Amino acid sequence: MKTRIREILKTTGKLPVDVATLGDEADLYNAGLTSFGTVELMMALEDAFEVEFPDNMMNRRNFASIAAIEAAIRTIQSEHV
Amino acid sequence: MTTLARLAEAGYQLTSETSGASAEAQKAMVATARKIAKLAAEHAADVDAKSRFPHEVFEALKQERLLGIMIPAAHGGEQASHSTISEICAVLAQGCASSAMIYAMHQIKVSSLVVHCGDDPWHGSFMARIAREQLLLASATTEGGGVGGDLRSSICGVVREGDDFTLDKEGCLISYGAQADAILITSRRTPEAPPSDQVMSVLTSDQYRLERSAAWDTMGMRGTCSDNFTFSGRAPAAQIIPVPFAEIAAQSMLPNAHLLWASVWYGIAAEAVARAEGFVRSEARKRPGSTPPSALRLAELLARLQQFKALVVAGLDRYERARSDADELSSMGFVVAMNSIKVVASQSVGEIVMQAFLICGIQGYRNDSPASLARLMRDALSAPIMINNDRILGNTSNLLAVYKHDPSLSR
Repeated sequence: MKTRIREILKTTGKLPVDVATLGDEADLYNAGLTSFGTVELMMALEDAFEVEFPDNMMNRRNFASIAAIEAAIRTIQSEHV
Repeated sequence: MTTLARLAEAGYQLTSETSGASAEAQKAMVATARKIAKLAAEHAADVDAKSRFPHEVFEALKQERLLGIMIPAAHGGEQASHSTISEICAVLAQGCASSAMIYAMHQIKVSSLVVHCGDDPWHGSFMARIAREQLLLASATTEGGGVGGDLRSSICGVVREGDDFTLDKEGCLISYGAQADAILITSRRTPEAPPSDQVMSVLTSDQYRLERSAAWDTMGMRGTCSDNFTFSGRAPAAQIIPVPFAEIAAQSMLPNAHLLWASVWYGIAAEAVARAEGFVRSEARKRPGSTPPSALRLAELLARLQQFKALVVAGLDRYERARSDADELSSMGFVVAMNSIKVVASQSVGEIVMQAFLICGIQGYRNDSPASLARLMRDALSAPIMINNDRILGNTSNLLAVYKHDPSLSR
């Protein structure tokens, strides 16, 4: 899943740095992710993984790193089986 | 330390580690504010006519030590709750909206220090100084040269010179800039940094010079003395707040500004309703045995005021709960909620004063009657343009491609 998240991050979110240089735990906000970029990223993730982020998961922490995004998506998937 | 950890810690300290002011002490603060609101009401017409700073009110607020009450007990303040501070804003606004708005703007600046600077040595001791000396803080977030009201964009940057920094900012509107004891000012992190990579610095009045470039001559809120200035200052680099301004704007300014402004506007609306009530009571006494026709409109207006009150109280409650929950504080739902409070409160105040006009008729329209609503209306008209509602709705609209509202009544 992390590989797919990385692929999405390459094309959406307008990160000013190369995604390959970021570790799974690297802070995406420190890497330049803006609030507008977060919205674009959420849209792309919702489409790619066929999930909907509920209101109570749309916070900074769930999009702060590649690992955090993966954990958030897994939580939603496990709640909706 | 990460932002979240810092926030969690700040929230923890504020809610459970230290006790804060007792309920009795906070009631006493509100009672004192009520006395000061009477003084404010006595001078409100003169403040408005001359577009001057309400110095009597602020001398009294300093004397009664109400300027440092948000500061945590650990830094020498009273650590009053946001509800108490919000109530004081509303109470003052019933006497003089300009005084209340200045008080609210001061507390918004204090909130940034309280939330983001608890473990920073310089800013920690500065908070103690605010509490001890009852300093009045102002804000310089706007800038000329096309930036205007976009507080998340700066042209000027901090220039390091050894252990000090210098900062020159042109054409910034600084409410009560000439009367403030310190200014919290935004700029780029360095002159070469991108416009949105901002920091906020605290400079005391002996560390800067202000050159007035335009005077504040407006329809309402005339006592806020929001003149335009060119700012030039020099101070030790330790006075630059270590947290990026992006975090300050989102996490302390957003909720505090919208909730405290809404409280001021609620105070204006409540005063308009009080004047309409006075008018209806005097009409009823003229013809005992029959209900005056304006009483029906007043009944409707009271329901409208209650709706406004519920909006502010629910917002304060949500912020109190979010303060100890960094996830909630940084959530899209919280941003949308605070933005919505600003938009609805700023519309409500104008609508309520307008409806009070229909009740008071010519007595409300006159400048010289006890039911006059003229100044209240002019003050109320500032609300939708103080951070333009269209800018705020625009920010919310950027989130709607993914945002889904929470339909529950309890969250």
